[in-house]
Amino acid sequence: MEPILEMKAITKRFPGVLANDNVNLDLYQGEIHALIGENGAGKSTLMSVLFGMYTPEEGEIFYKGQKLDIDGPQDAIELGIGMVHQHFMLVPTLTVAENIILGSEPKRGLKIDIEKAIAKVNELANKFGLQVDATAKVKDIPVGMQQRVEILKALYRGAEVLILDEPTAVLTPQEVEGLYQIMESLTEQGKSIIFITHKLKEVLRISDRITVLRKGKGIGTVTTSETNQKELARMMVGREVLLEVEKEEADFGEVLVEVSNLSAFNDRGMEALNSVSFQIRAGEILGIAGVEGNGQTELVEVLTGLREATAGEYNLHGDSLYNHSARKIKEAKVAHIPEDRHKHGLVLDYTVEDNLVLGYHYREPFAKGINLNFNNLAEHANRLIPEYDIRPQNKEALARSLSGGNQQKIIVAREFDLGPEFLIASQPTRGVDVGAIEFIHRRILEQRDEGKAVLLVSAELPEVISLSDRIAVMYEGEIVDIVDAAEATEEKLGILMAGGSLEGGIANGS
Amino acid sequence: MEILTQIFSLETLSSTLRMATPLAIAAIGGLYSERSGIINIALEGLMLAGAFIAVVVSYFTGIPWLGLLGALVFGGLFAMIHAVVSIKYHADQVVSGVAINMLAAGGTVFMLNIIFNTSGTSESVNALPYWGPFKPTVYIGLLVVFIAHYVLFKTPFGLRVRSVGEHPHAADSVGIDVEKIRYICVGISGILAGLAGAHLSLGVLDSFREGMTAGRGFIALAAMIFGKWTPFGALGASLLFGFSQAVQIRLQGLGIPTEFVQMIPYIFTIIALAGVIGKSTPPTAIGEPFEKGKR
Repeated sequence: MEPILEMKAITKRFPGVLANDNVNLDLYQGEIHALIGENGAGKSTLMSVLFGMYTPEEGEIFYKGQKLDIDGPQDAIELGIGMVHQHFMLVPTLTVAENIILGSEPKRGLKIDIEKAIAKVNELANKFGLQVDATAKVKDIPVGMQQRVEILKALYRGAEVLILDEPTAVLTPQEVEGLYQIMESLTEQGKSIIFITHKLKEVLRISDRITVLRKGKGIGTVTTSETNQKELARMMVGREVLLEVEKEEADFGEVLVEVSNLSAFNDRGMEALNSVSFQIRAGEILGIAGVEGNGQTELVEVLTGLREATAGEYNLHGDSLYNHSARKIKEAKVAHIPEDRHKHGLVLDYTVEDNLVLGYHYREPFAKGINLNFNNLAEHANRLIPEYDIRPQNKEALARSLSGGNQQKIIVAREFDLGPEFLIASQPTRGVDVGAIEFIHRRILEQRDEGKAVLLVSAELPEVISLSDRIAVMYEGEIVDIVDAAEATEEKLGILMAGGSLEGGIANGS
Repeated sequence: MEILTQIFSLETLSSTLRMATPLAIAAIGGLYSERSGIINIALEGLMLAGAFIAVVVSYFTGIPWLGLLGALVFGGLFAMIHAVVSIKYHADQVVSGVAINMLAAGGTVFMLNIIFNTSGTSESVNALPYWGPFKPTVYIGLLVVFIAHYVLFKTPFGLRVRSVGEHPHAADSVGIDVEKIRYICVGISGILAGLAGAHLSLGVLDSFREGMTAGRGFIALAAMIFGKWTPFGALGASLLFGFSQAVQIRLQGLGIPTEFVQMIPYIFTIIALAGVIGKSTPPTAIGEPFEKGKR
């Protein structure tokens, strides 16, 4: 069988950077072909070349046996190549159907034939098992459905080849499972998929073949059934990677953090936290597992002073921090790696140097009186950048220009360097590449081994299980159970996350 | 009692419609521009320029309809300055709008002097004829509102305009020419502001007066916001503001100090904007220059 798509010896240069160096990729009809590599390995560049956004200096693309000359996304779309961008390209105020037809609207006279549009959307949705509400506004639908809308957008334009750029980054485990089913249904009906990711587990679960990129070079293409995580990780990073977290025996001290009966509302004024209680000892990591939206975000916000609690107690070292301001809580040596680093962790248009003191900028040695002490800021950055391996090693670079992993390292460096007593890490490795994940995990464990209390909130169950000493499971704003990490399995936690109990299985909705 | 009968007389109502017309037309102009993501506070200046050109063309040709046409064409062209500066050169749209307003205010006075050799007021020219109880511009104005609703909410072009104003990168990703849509929309807003100006100089009056728009461009903007960026909303708000202007005229000479009476339309505007309407959300991408490839 001939491949439906072949990219041969693609080379793409940017000033000073060889983004793609003689890369090959072939895709068969009905295949799910994973494209993996660390951030900055050249995956997006390669796909941008295919999608017509960049013109390669060298190399050829063949599609259905014909040599292609793609000039702009419009050409690619017309040829049947569709792309689902990592950051959705949807207009929130328009309906699902309007978003799908935008740019190629069915008409009746001068008017948009909206009935026809809705019928077409529903027809496509049924054919491929992509449930959407065609008349709902995009801003009112969940992220998982928004992604289905993006896929439908490509299918509506007649896509034969679909490029999915990091499609699981924004999804809950349940939604990821749904996406897999959709991908399978698409390939069963003859579509071909290029799946960009850096999560090895996903790749092994869903793809047929895997192409690995590293530093712009194609390292190789392997058949999924003949490889394993370790091999893939080595191909991606270029060295052995510790996938399993190596953890010292815990050495617990006295109780440092005491939270009892904490309650709070969410942004819509509904109860999000309902009488949550737990303790964390010195030298202990308490993991929080749960399906997203069950109060984890609100819990972290209350503990860091970003949200007001309605009742309860919150003590560190026996001193109350209940409803203190974010600054006071920081001053009590509580460090915070926020869930959304773009929203709460960084000012993207500030330099690395400035971001490294954000929130501590007003204190000695970074400030003296009302003035910043620039020498000390620079010295601070010069020390932390190598220590935390922040790349590029340039303190003047804007945070925006760094990869997700390196942005996260800025936050880790800032929060860990000042010697916290209590560390709150929320989704610390979300959207971060393998090498950086390993690094961040190691740093979190170091904090624990130094006798700090750590609260780890993560949507990645393997992460919670491997790092934590105990795991609290949240469901509908309550902690349903706290289990010992040594005895926790994904299955057990899954039952608790769905609101069940370990004795009685899943109780219906209660 | 006398005041109330004065306020709610038939004359007040027809005067309301006359006063509301330029506001509604200009507000619809602003609507096209802002829905595509370009702030247009130049409406005031575009109206003033339109009013002036209408009188000039009518003066030289003797045909008021040509004056009207001239106002449309010139309004569209004049708005292109704002379009090029904000779309092509990514300048601050508010600053560009203010510049156009000042250029129009100064330019019309200057040209008034050169062409009519007077300051303050031009000669009387042939004005638009009455069609029944109103000037043609009143009917055209109503038509403009209905057409705008149809265009913006029923046609592919309208869907594209709205997408460009909300999320230009999404529009770009499906092959919509964001800049072209914005040029067209700013052009339409200039044409409509020119029409609104011609209504003032050739519809309501038969001459040009210095600064004759008297803030109506800004009140039109307020009507657009008050109407939550929808054509019928803008019409409703314009009628309300038009009513307050009509009342103001009726109340003059009834023993109430004119200064107070003249404040009425502006007080209406402030009250309306200050929260009677609840939350009014502008298009998301408004005021942001579009740069391809930037997220």
